[in-house]
Amino acid sequence: MSKMTLKTEGDKYVIVTRRFAASPEAVYRAHIEPALVQKWMLGPEGWTMPVCINEGKPGGKIRYEWTNGKGQGFYLTGEFLELQPYSRIVHVERMHLPNPTPDNHVETRFEPDGTGTLMTMRMTLPDAATRAAMLSTGMEKGMEASYVRLETLL
Amino acid sequence: MDNLDAAFTALADPTRRAILARLARGEATVTQLAKPFAMTQPAISQHLKVLEGAGLIVSRVDGTKRPRRLARSGIEALDQWLAMLRKGLEKSYDRLDEVLAAMEHKKKGEVQ
Repeated sequence: MSKMTLKTEGDKYVIVTRRFAASPEAVYRAHIEPALVQKWMLGPEGWTMPVCINEGKPGGKIRYEWTNGKGQGFYLTGEFLELQPYSRIVHVERMHLPNPTPDNHVETRFEPDGTGTLMTMRMTLPDAATRAAMLSTGMEKGMEASYVRLETLL
Repeated sequence: MDNLDAAFTALADPTRRAILARLARGEATVTQLAKPFAMTQPAISQHLKVLEGAGLIVSRVDGTKRPRRLARSGIEALDQWLAMLRKGLEKSYDRLDEVLAAMEHKKKGEVQ
């Protein structure tokens, strides 16, 4: 599989691309069906998603809850805006840290690419304060020590 | 952990978040920072004190002025955040490869 690409577009967006060796239908379903989402949308090693609510329809609710099993956790809520099976998902989401971050507008596209799928995700770049808040949460705790932790700088 | 709590407290206030956003564009004095807000300089100074206490901003002495700028952690926050996002997504998508392979396997099993 080719490597993931991640780049910023202006100071407003982050564009992520990734190829998968599966049909757009399979990749799309893995983004919508809770039982599948819970298996992979976990971020760093050691985190699990005990709660995954995904009402896969326009206006449908999203709620993901993550925990690292060591008493740290956070959750995300959101709503689906548009769903075009099996090619496009548009939704908004916000992290609760525990105060909600500004809405992140996310568009995810799935295109046939040879025998596989090219996924392109376009998300809103959070503002400086939100990024600082996200960096200082437990999310970062599971990461390698190569990331300078906020608390070591203070 | 006290410092993290202080950072969270500091970030909980919209004025302080706006001050950080302004400082993300470059160094500024109290007068410059007070301008866009309908607030007195002492009120802004109080917010700056909280941000400084949380280690989010630093100041230097320039004659009678004390311009503030983002602390190193703040300046590097975008790079750090992108690195964190990249790392988290790469790990997640590697797992998704396995989930997709298992789905394919199951589908083939059902056909047979």
